[in-house]
Amino acid sequence: MPEQQIKNLTMNFGPQHPAAHGVLRLVLEMDGEVVERADPHIGLLHRGTEKLIEYKTYLQAVPYFDRLDYVAPMNQEHAFALATERLLGLKVPARGQYIRVLYCEIGRLLNHLLNVTTFAIDIGAITPALWGFEEREVLMEFYERASGARLHAAYFRPGGVHQDLPAGLLDDIHKYCGRLPKVIDDLENLLTENRIFKQRTVDIGIVDRKDALDWGFSGPMLRASGVAWDLRKQQPYDTYADFDFDVPIGKTGDCYARYLVRMEEMRQSLRIIRQACEKMPGGPVVTDDRKVAPPPRAEMKRSMEALIHHFKLYTEGYHVPAGETYAAVEAPKGEFGVYLVADGSNKPYRCKIRAPGFAHLSSLDFQSKGHMLADAVAIIGSMDIVFGEIDR
Amino acid sequence: MTETLKELGDYVAQALGSSVLKAEVLQGELIVTVARDALIPTLTLLRDDPKCRFEQLMDVCGADYPERAERFEVIYHLLSLAHIRRVRVKIATGEQTPVPSATGVFSSANWFEREAWDLYGILFSDHPDLRRILTDYGFEGHPLRKDFPLTGFVELRYDDEKKRVVYDKVKLQQDFRTFDFMSPWEGMTRQILPGDEKANVASPPKPEGKA
Repeated sequence: MPEQQIKNLTMNFGPQHPAAHGVLRLVLEMDGEVVERADPHIGLLHRGTEKLIEYKTYLQAVPYFDRLDYVAPMNQEHAFALATERLLGLKVPARGQYIRVLYCEIGRLLNHLLNVTTFAIDIGAITPALWGFEEREVLMEFYERASGARLHAAYFRPGGVHQDLPAGLLDDIHKYCGRLPKVIDDLENLLTENRIFKQRTVDIGIVDRKDALDWGFSGPMLRASGVAWDLRKQQPYDTYADFDFDVPIGKTGDCYARYLVRMEEMRQSLRIIRQACEKMPGGPVVTDDRKVAPPPRAEMKRSMEALIHHFKLYTEGYHVPAGETYAAVEAPKGEFGVYLVADGSNKPYRCKIRAPGFAHLSSLDFQSKGHMLADAVAIIGSMDIVFGEIDR
Repeated sequence: MTETLKELGDYVAQALGSSVLKAEVLQGELIVTVARDALIPTLTLLRDDPKCRFEQLMDVCGADYPERAERFEVIYHLLSLAHIRRVRVKIATGEQTPVPSATGVFSSANWFEREAWDLYGILFSDHPDLRRILTDYGFEGHPLRKDFPLTGFVELRYDDEKKRVVYDKVKLQQDFRTFDFMSPWEGMTRQILPGDEKANVASPPKPEGKA
């Protein structure tokens, strides 16, 4: 038989592909069906958020954070609010902090419900998505009742949250906490011991502890590799130190471990939500520093000073003293950080957004080398990438 | 917390000698400014020394200060899982001078450095793959520089005659508007206006008794 020269095939995956989770363009160098090199091309959703924030006041910058990881919007706002508060030296009232914790965990549920179910779609299971999205709709209604918007909430502001919760909302959330575990059980029944699901995820994309640290992993990706690290426990912000919850750790570092960690995190989030509903203190939800937070509307009708404050806050905004800080939160996808440089004016001088998905996706080449094409899809699904935050 | 960070800063400054330009604790965060050439030894020390053990490089980013002689700052955020603390390493660089790439020490630096190159034009030597990452194919300029206009230079539109997408120069319907909020007459700054110097001085006590 004459010798044949076989050339590697270069294949384009995306940017319009349902398994690409948005606008990922993947240039794959294939040897048959085995991935030799994966070169993700990102930036197709780049909107210049960081540049825009440099031209907006601190309050106007908040809504940009909703549009980063649009699956769990409030967790992003949280990082920015914490950074600004640290520079301003503000203290948030207890009720404001509890509401933030409550909504961060609802955001985590929203995110994990979306990720786990779309991951299942990627590898062939349709039903979980239909069930999961129904629950997401209920959770987004909780968002809507608090902030007026299902997705782009702009609810966490430097100094607290925008407004108090409406009457009866906490009871409804608490009641809902009793219902969701059943849905999570149903999802687990469909997936956890499912033969096809396990064949597609077990031992796929294994990352050990050392590599996970080297590639800057965080969140469920890091925990799936066996590293006990959760910013909510290790560097508690707001009132996370008051809550009783466990941090699930994976053993194998493969796609299946990431799935298991996310499922358990949902149950832990429910525990936190339940405690937050029960422990919710009374009092104001936002700082009473009138140079940062607007006065109540009733006061504006009577007080000239309140009216001036309101006008100045919504035109000029507040000036943040010069300085720099890095605030990180445990967003559902991992460590979401904001590096904020203030120069004493009413606009940030520099606002770098550290998206967890960016670091995870950069390791795709390392993770998928030597795997089959279909496994690359499973790896992308398990990384939980959303292009809003990666492309910024 | 601040004391331990201060100790750590002194320890790093001592271990690296004169290449550490400054080690300070601000807002409860340790900031170590080092000379550009000493970046790799610094990162390696911070990662491997048992007192430091910053195993993770969480973030690399640039910042632009056009008024400085070396206009760019490159900022590295490191995280220690063992000691639960963070450190920020800073170096300064100019438009032409390359920064040694940290990809040899931390793999995660790869994309972060590509991003800094894309958005600021900061050069990294020995980087395995220094391409643009976030901006469009064929993009010109570095958009996060302070002298790059917010509106950019070109805009996209679909040309019906050519049957493809074309670039045009940006046409603004109205001039780009900026307001000077730092002026004491317009802004809500803490500057004291002329005539207001005595506003916060305690007023003299009122005379006792009825006049």
